[in-house]
Amino acid sequence: MQTIDLRGVTCPTNFVMAKLELEDIEAGTTVEFLLDDGEPVKNVPRSLKDEGHKLLGLKEQDGYYTLLLEKGAD
Amino acid sequence: MAEQKIDLRNLKAGGFIKERGKDLFTVRLRVPGGRLSVDRLAKIAEVAQKYGKGYVHLSVRQSIELINVNFADFDAVVAELGEEQQKVASCGARVRVPTACGGCEYNPNGLIDTQKSALEVDEKLFGTATGHHKFKVCFAGCPFDCPKSSINDVGFQGAVWPSLDADACIGCGLCAKSCTEGALAMADGKPVFDAQKCIYCGDCIKVCPTGAWSAAKKGYTVRIGGKWGRRPLVGTLYATFLPEERAVDFIAAVLAWYQEKAEGAGRVRLGDIIIREGCQSLLDHLRRDFAGFVVAETVPPQVIVNQIPLPGQA
Repeated sequence: MQTIDLRGVTCPTNFVMAKLELEDIEAGTTVEFLLDDGEPVKNVPRSLKDEGHKLLGLKEQDGYYTLLLEKGAD
Repeated sequence: MAEQKIDLRNLKAGGFIKERGKDLFTVRLRVPGGRLSVDRLAKIAEVAQKYGKGYVHLSVRQSIELINVNFADFDAVVAELGEEQQKVASCGARVRVPTACGGCEYNPNGLIDTQKSALEVDEKLFGTATGHHKFKVCFAGCPFDCPKSSINDVGFQGAVWPSLDADACIGCGLCAKSCTEGALAMADGKPVFDAQKCIYCGDCIKVCPTGAWSAAKKGYTVRIGGKWGRRPLVGTLYATFLPEERAVDFIAAVLAWYQEKAEGAGRVRLGDIIIREGCQSLLDHLRRDFAGFVVAETVPPQVIVNQIPLPGQA
């Protein structure tokens, strides 16, 4: 599974980077994003959901978050 | 009597504001909710170019103000703006043009159609004489409250009440992570809701991947009695989940109470009348027609000690 590390990247750059990465991934594929605590973990999942992707889960480890997501159809 | 060079009816609601310098006025335009079509904007630019100073001023309440307009040109300015249905705003002791955020059509935070509410209030109540002082209304789409509902005479804030379908919940924890108010915490893999802490922002609903969280009800949180100026007051809570279609009637009810209670008080804002009369009187008045929405109790508008001299100083 592909892991996209968005730690250290602030809003809205992290969301735009996530969008660009998802462009090269096939619909239905599961990927994970690493997100910082605070604004990123609050905003990025919601924005990706709004774009039609399916959020599968969120887990915390060592002060950052892993968001599991299935790419939606275009 | 001298021959009238201009149509005085245009001046009825105000909006023509005397400037420094002979014959010159600012013309404040009516832009409810701060939204206007590009065509209207182009017409305003054309009129400003022809009759104004070469620049406009954006008022702090979302109006465009034409600067340095000669009073002899009032009729022409009104007529030419009218070609794009652009009207002149109000000033003085009247209901002012309502302000609003962008609302919910394109803003992902917006919970309610504030633009629609602002237009309705503008249509029904614009320019109503209060008999006492100015009367300001604003519509915020969510508890971020960009339009600052607490410093308006009546301030509205979009709100949703979240409800969980436990069977649809996958226990991902995104809602608890999103809740900045601490109203949600995960326990045994499921969110536990503390209603006392919820401020109705709907962030849990917006982030929920499965739609397990949904809005059980939607409406406006209403605060009354705020103002800024020399002696600021922070407005306080009077109603929750007021349906959007009842906003105009609600404002009219507050206005009726103000008009009656401020009789003889002179140029005094609503908040100061509430402090004088007590907030129970206004609560009782509003409960007659809005029983299901008016809160059980409230506090008077809150004084902020920000004026000179500081307390304890001479």
